[in-house]
Amino acid sequence: MIFSEKYECMDRKELKRLQGERLRDAARRAYENVPFYRKKFDECGVKPEHIQSLDDIVKLPFTVKDDFRQTYPFGLFAVPQREIVRVHASSGTTGKPTVVGYTREDIGIWAETSARTLACGGGTAEDVLQVAYGYGLFTGGLGLHYGGERLGAMVIPMSGGNSMKQLMLMQDFGTTLLACTPSYSLQLAEEAAAEGFDIKKTKLKAGFFGAEPWTEAMRSQIEQRLPVKAIDIYGLSEVTGPGVASECLEQHGLHVFEDHYYPEVINPSTGEPVAPGERGELVFTCLTKQAIPLIRYRTRDLTTLDETLCPCGRTSRRMARVTGRTDDMLIIRGVNVFPSQIETVLMKIDGVEPHYLIVVDKSGVLDELEIKVEVSENLFSDEVKKLEALRRRIFEELRSVLSVSPKISLVEPKSIERSVGKAKRVIDRRDLK
Amino acid sequence: MKVRQISIFMENRAGRLSEVMQLVGDSGVNIRALSLADTSDFGILRLIVNDVDKALGALRKAGHTVSVTDVVAVEVPDRPGGLAGILVPLSADGVNVEYMYAFVEKATDKAVVIFRFEDADAALKTLKTVGISVLSAETVASL
Repeated sequence: MIFSEKYECMDRKELKRLQGERLRDAARRAYENVPFYRKKFDECGVKPEHIQSLDDIVKLPFTVKDDFRQTYPFGLFAVPQREIVRVHASSGTTGKPTVVGYTREDIGIWAETSARTLACGGGTAEDVLQVAYGYGLFTGGLGLHYGGERLGAMVIPMSGGNSMKQLMLMQDFGTTLLACTPSYSLQLAEEAAAEGFDIKKTKLKAGFFGAEPWTEAMRSQIEQRLPVKAIDIYGLSEVTGPGVASECLEQHGLHVFEDHYYPEVINPSTGEPVAPGERGELVFTCLTKQAIPLIRYRTRDLTTLDETLCPCGRTSRRMARVTGRTDDMLIIRGVNVFPSQIETVLMKIDGVEPHYLIVVDKSGVLDELEIKVEVSENLFSDEVKKLEALRRRIFEELRSVLSVSPKISLVEPKSIERSVGKAKRVIDRRDLK
Repeated sequence: MKVRQISIFMENRAGRLSEVMQLVGDSGVNIRALSLADTSDFGILRLIVNDVDKALGALRKAGHTVSVTDVVAVEVPDRPGGLAGILVPLSADGVNVEYMYAFVEKATDKAVVIFRFEDADAALKTLKTVGISVLSAETVASL
């Protein structure tokens, strides 16, 4: 089912005209109501009247994460505080959190695009949605929750953690749609297996997975262990939260709900738009958001935009699965390494669990890359030479893909911390020295 | 006449062996023989116990990676050349030993050697031909 056919299947020319109109309005609201943007526009010598159509977007300055910190907490708000009905904040690993606000209208639009997300994965009002994303300042839980209600599904606001209860209610309430991080879905499957609970016999049919990077290989693992179609969803609190883009049942790129969140792909070094279909940094402009008219926000996520039409009937452009970030790229002895490359290699080796940890450290002046891999019973042997051969195989395959020699450590099961929210895959100890 | 041996994957870190021993002990299982193969950062603990299933249950429940392998327990005369007398015919028949470890029986003058053969059936055949006695799982459990 397509939740909002009028917008999701809009003729591309007409959509572009609508986007241009909305952009003109957003630029004006930003300039007139946010001193930070007025200053920024003035510095670039751009006035709201210079923005007449969508093509003028390149005249506008970028917004970056640090701008949220500089204006902490409410400096980007374009409306009086009494019109703000909700705030969310993303955890700042360094310094202050990134704070976002929503007017009542913003919450409505967010619920709408989140409902579109659920419908993209086959959800309808008949469904039972278990939301196992965290509720709170994080946008995941409440974002999917409001989307589920807008869709008309029965929503179980579980929040993250408490796996035994998750499984019990999944069974008893007949959950059909599961929303959580991809790594948590595997943890649920693991805990179900340990308890002798056959998760394959539940009514689950689709899972909405996002909030952390994951790979195609992980998708096949999830689809093997849980009876779901694993749908990749995308969102970020700066733009709104979950519901910015979602795969449809074709599972071939994520439809961007671009009548509200306008995407561009730029070359991260030059800031220039890349050629159509080329990989680069994803940039979003919130065309309709009242509380924060976010202009050309650099997400640091690397992707491509596909303009070809999807068989599902939606006309929106599709972004490719995010496979890296401009800032999660590890530079090891001068070589660029993305955690997603490591995961792809590991998942291809039979028996390797999706539980691994990448540790980067310095030994003297040299960077050292260590990858800890949990040894499951499928991998284990009573013979040292077989385990050494496994380790050598992981080593060889990673070295050939990464062009860096990693140290492979085989570790005991469950020794790598399981997270309820975003899985922590990388520890870079070089930062601490 | 094979004996089931439990292998446990262990990271090389302080206190790990004692934790595993405690766990096995608490489950009321008695260890008959053990060996620890180690590399620089992990080890494989191999155990012969009096109750394999009980030990497996306790280890798996605690989240350990374990496996069960068939090994052969052979009684060896406790005198110089005792072990050679077993290895020579095996080697003559081209039977490979992956690893082995030994313990001395309490009440007799014999030693018991646990063998992990590449091909346990071929080994058993050779041992039978040359008349070397192999211990049953029940015997090993009650040693």
